[in-house]
Amino acid sequence: MSHSVIRAVNLTKKYDDFVAVDGISFEVARGESFGLLGPNGAGKSTTMKMIASVSTRTSGELTVLDLDPNVDGPAIRSQLGVVPQEDNLDGELRVRENLLTYGRFFGLSRAEAGKRADELLEFAQLSDRANSKVEPLSGGMKRRLTIARSLMNDPQMLLLDEPTTGLDPQARHILWDRLFRLKEQGTTLVLTTHYMDEAEQLSDRIVVVDKGQIMAEGSPAELIRTYSTREVLEVRYGSDKNVSVAALIADVGERQEVLPDRILIYSDNGEQDLAEITRRGHHPTTSLVRRSSLEDVFLRLTGRSLVE
Amino acid sequence: MSAVTAPKRRFGGMYGGNARAIIERGFKATMTNNYLIILSGFFEPVFYLFSMGVGLGGIIGTIDLNGTEISYGAYIAPALLAVSAMNGAIYDSTWNVFFKLNFAKLYQTMLLTSLGPLDVAIGEITLALLRGGIYAVGFLTVMSIMGLALSPLAIFAIPVVILIAAGFASVGMAFTSYMKTFQQMDWLPLVMLPMFLFSATFYPISIYPEPIQVLVQCFPLWHGVELVRMFTTGVFTAAAWGHLAYFVVMLGTGVIVVARRLRSLFLR
Ligand SMILES: Nc1ncnc2c1ncn2[C@@H]1O[C@H](COP(=O)(O)OP(=O)(O)OP(=O)(O)O)[C@@H](O)[C@H]1O
Ligand SMILES: [Mg+2]
Repeated sequence: MSHSVIRAVNLTKKYDDFVAVDGISFEVARGESFGLLGPNGAGKSTTMKMIASVSTRTSGELTVLDLDPNVDGPAIRSQLGVVPQEDNLDGELRVRENLLTYGRFFGLSRAEAGKRADELLEFAQLSDRANSKVEPLSGGMKRRLTIARSLMNDPQMLLLDEPTTGLDPQARHILWDRLFRLKEQGTTLVLTTHYMDEAEQLSDRIVVVDKGQIMAEGSPAELIRTYSTREVLEVRYGSDKNVSVAALIADVGERQEVLPDRILIYSDNGEQDLAEITRRGHHPTTSLVRRSSLEDVFLRLTGRSLVE
Repeated sequence: MSAVTAPKRRFGGMYGGNARAIIERGFKATMTNNYLIILSGFFEPVFYLFSMGVGLGGIIGTIDLNGTEISYGAYIAPALLAVSAMNGAIYDSTWNVFFKLNFAKLYQTMLLTSLGPLDVAIGEITLALLRGGIYAVGFLTVMSIMGLALSPLAIFAIPVVILIAAGFASVGMAFTSYMKTFQQMDWLPLVMLPMFLFSATFYPISIYPEPIQVLVQCFPLWHGVELVRMFTTGVFTAAAWGHLAYFVVMLGTGVIVVARRLRSLFLR
């Protein structure tokens, strides 16, 4: 058995003439937690679907768990837990039945499926809704049920497409904790997210994708070191004045990004830059010095901010 | 290690070998929601049998079937038996499948597991044919009570009717897999109703001119009606083999089209 659980070489997906994934190459090691980060339409979900062997690649190579998704979809999926971007729960069944039948799709015995369903209901904090219909559940509850469902087959690898979108902060933290524990037990995690904190918390390694291509790759810390400065100074002058002030302080810091609502100044010493700006008489309405984050890496690489 | 053993490669990843789980899900969904609705389709042919067989039959008297005189009721009852199988199979494989395909996105969910498109096709077609089979067994019971099952061989009409239901179910699902809107689905009754009325259901097709007869013989219901009638009346001809072959081909073609179609819809 090779040491990578996913190996993609020049992986490409076209929808008619439109290239959704444009020749990306990456490897994911067993037990690793791997993040795909990118703006809307970057091709993250398409990549996830190809890994889950529910979308056929147009060209390039792809190996998942040493198998070819083109011919071994069922075998690959038997070892995967998939959380699609959109919850697609079975509205004709009740909450617990959703888990049970899903387990049965994998060929679990009734007893085994029942046992796991009860454990996972507990985990998703849905035990008291076990016999409720799916439709009246809140968005966050549905998300939790979808995540619970993905664990029914005790997967070797979890594919999570924006897992915590729609969850409240508490539920997110509980999920992160649970995912962290799965990772400790050796489960490989592949996730896409729009949340920087989520990417930093959960990923050992990240690739930043944009327009179907890989822009950068590395651990969160490496990416920040390579593509950003140590600190960031954020200053606001009001949306009508940001642009004009930015021109006057362009030489401060190493680099500048002008966003509609604020100016970001990248340097190794934000306080010193703030002092310089103030000395020149440009008093911001608010200011903030913070550490660089993946958000800054992202902005640098794609010219766009992640959460749109 | 995962609790699940990986299925072997079958049909190039098209089949996970667990269509049973889909049938089980179908039962569960029916039990949770609409096991009364499922009965509604059963009554239509029963009402026809009462009104036409009993009412009209009183006026018409007997009909000549390849030299044997049988009552009008006994003539149309097997036709309606074939129709009840068709109705059950078609209802499940068209409207229900249409909903699951386009609204519930159920098949996408199934294909996130170790199931393949062939499992989905076999499972859903089996559910539809079971419904057709249940209708047919119920109808055969009514028929027997009314004394309209003339031959002891009528009991063998059950497997035959299940084959007929399977043929309709697979083609019904194949048809539905191409449908995207309700407007397109509206074409369905436009095929079903004439087929029901003109397929030697209520009178022999010999009253039509030759070209119309040939046209009727192209449609599946005519083959079903003729075949079932042989079993319930005991008046057989060699054409039975042809009718059987028609449904075997229909079933095989339907399953292949559905599996391919599901693959191109959801694994493209
Ligand atoms: N089935 C499809 N048919 C045609 N085009 C598609 C299909 N699925 C995705 N695309 C296109 O491929 C591109 C990538 O889509 P994808 O869903 O992979 O993006 P994403 O990175 O997941 O975005 P988001 O953050 O919005 O979820 C988009 O431009 C999308 O319109
Ligand atoms: Mg997406």
